[in-house]
Amino acid sequence: MLEIKDLHVSIDGKEILKGINLKINKGEVHAIMGPNGSGKSTLAQVLAGREEYEITKGEVTFEGMNLLEMSPEDRARAGFFLAFQYPVEIPGVSNTNLLKTALNEIRKAKGEEQLDAIEFLGLIKEKMKLVELDQSLLSRSVNDSFSGGEKKRNEIFQMAVLNPKLSVLDETDSGLDIDALKIVANGVNKLKSDDNSIIVVTHYQRLLNYIIPDYVHVLYKGKIIKSGPKELALELEDKGYDWIKENSKELAVSN
Amino acid sequence: MDEILNIKKWYLENFETFQNNLNGGSRQPINNLRKDAILKFSELNFPTTKDEEWKYTNISPLLKHHFKPASANYKVEKTKVDQFRFNDFEAYLAVFINGTFAPDLSELENLPGGVVISSLDNAINSSHPAVQKYFSKYADYSRHIFTSLNTAFTKDGSFIYIPDREIIEKPIHILFISLSDGEKILSQPRNLFSIGKNSQVKILEHFVSLDEGVYFTNSVSEISAGENAIISHVKLQEESKNSFHIHRIEVELERSSNFSSHSISLGGSISRNDLNVRFNGEGGESTLNGLYLTEREQLYDTHTMIDHAKPYCTSHEHYKGILDNRSRGVFNGKVMVRKDAQKTNAFQENNNIILSAEALVNTKPQLEIFADDVKCTHGATIGQLDMDSMFYLKSRGIGQDTARAILIHAFASDVIKSIPLEPVRNYAESILTEKFNKQFRNEH
Repeated sequence: MLEIKDLHVSIDGKEILKGINLKINKGEVHAIMGPNGSGKSTLAQVLAGREEYEITKGEVTFEGMNLLEMSPEDRARAGFFLAFQYPVEIPGVSNTNLLKTALNEIRKAKGEEQLDAIEFLGLIKEKMKLVELDQSLLSRSVNDSFSGGEKKRNEIFQMAVLNPKLSVLDETDSGLDIDALKIVANGVNKLKSDDNSIIVVTHYQRLLNYIIPDYVHVLYKGKIIKSGPKELALELEDKGYDWIKENSKELAVSN
Repeated sequence: MDEILNIKKWYLENFETFQNNLNGGSRQPINNLRKDAILKFSELNFPTTKDEEWKYTNISPLLKHHFKPASANYKVEKTKVDQFRFNDFEAYLAVFINGTFAPDLSELENLPGGVVISSLDNAINSSHPAVQKYFSKYADYSRHIFTSLNTAFTKDGSFIYIPDREIIEKPIHILFISLSDGEKILSQPRNLFSIGKNSQVKILEHFVSLDEGVYFTNSVSEISAGENAIISHVKLQEESKNSFHIHRIEVELERSSNFSSHSISLGGSISRNDLNVRFNGEGGESTLNGLYLTEREQLYDTHTMIDHAKPYCTSHEHYKGILDNRSRGVFNGKVMVRKDAQKTNAFQENNNIILSAEALVNTKPQLEIFADDVKCTHGATIGQLDMDSMFYLKSRGIGQDTARAILIHAFASDVIKSIPLEPVRNYAESILTEKFNKQFRNEH
């Protein structure tokens, strides 16, 4: 599905990612954890195609394609999805309009027929139930005066409608109360299948109680310093990131 | 400079010919105003960028041409007029060709009793009391040279008189068609709208052209709203990109009347709009909204002045510009709150989106407040399309051009949605779609 090899990324001359290696197979859920400033969001944004970042080294293959050479829209059309940490408010553009345009552009790229109004409405009504969103949100402007929880649920709703192969959830849990967290996680679990993959980027272990990862990676200072099974997340929760940081220093010294 | 002197000289010399051709019209009382206006015209100078009011609008390209007043002899077929009408728009239609009323192309049957929709020429010749009362009352020709030129050569234009307590359900569509046919024509429609107490009317001033010629429209509209009257005024400018357009609109609002103005414009070569609203009684309300879309070398200038002369009045003003290529926008919004105008609410906003590195906007809000118990806000922005929004849309699979069109639509949407005439609203929407993304329309 996705393979990242020795990825180095800078912004304004400062190196943020210092050699990321990661392989994700079809049907897998990976969690990327790490303290603030470790480069988690940078990785998510770079994968989505944010142009402000400079890729100084490395390569990323997505479904056999060179992801880094693709435009953000082509990545989405190929089945990549990013649930934003901070979804953008776009006054004047209705949620429905965004979804309809996006879905039809993706379908067109795949050589599929566009959905007519009735089919589209049927699809979005079904998907709204997944994240328990109120239908009144459809006619409202994208994320405009949504609560924090509504914004995050709206991201997962978009994911449900666009049906991507690989989804990156960038801190989708932060700022959510436990009820909203369960709704979001529940929605994600229903969307998960043997054919798609999910990367959960998070600061806290909490979300991983509900979305169970196959692998956990710890990102620190731009590098993955530890990978392991889902139990690693619990260990991090118990011992905190300092434990990993100490290990990382030892590693550096012994190197 | 000589050219300019020649232009002035030409008009001064031709004033007498014009007078002689008025036939009986020169015996009407308003002819004294024409004579006074030509006197002022001879004394005034064409503005330069040294004049504060014209600081960013250089009209020397306009003065390079020697425009000649249009004759009344242009004929246009009815089928050509139809292209400028809207679907599902049941309206009274008054058509003007190069500023002269065309009764055969107009549809003004079955007017309610006492209501007059006609040519100003007709209203002058029939000595309509509203002409005596309001003509040139608000548009000050002693200070503005283009207004003096229009006043001196006033011959025709649209005239609307609505008596008291008359609610006109059907909008009035005034269609100004320019037909230059290779000639450099000057049209000077002079409009007068007198709306009685407790009356209600919707007026569309629509400027179009049959060719992409170089011509000059110098128009003046005077609007008088009686107590408690409600006037919705819409102006739509979609004419030759080589044309010059100067329009002064003066509005006087009596107690508790309500005036809304929506101006949608695709500009000309140089367009200058002066829109002045005066509250002449308590409790009045005015809404001035505008959207201008410019490209290439176009210059679009809006000067507004809202005179809060009385207490308890509210004004809202929101102009938006979308500028491409090397085009330029000028917005100057003056709000005057006089000493006695307590409890005034005045809101003003001008937002601009620049689609190219070479486009330019000069925007200046000007609040002059002499009362102490008022609520006034203003703001102005000039920026590009929001890159974060752009990235968000693209990350959902939406291509660059469509994403751009969506964001431009979103930017303009609140002004467009506020247009009170639905067919015009839909049309404005389609102008935007036509201009920025044809593909998007099919999927919208």
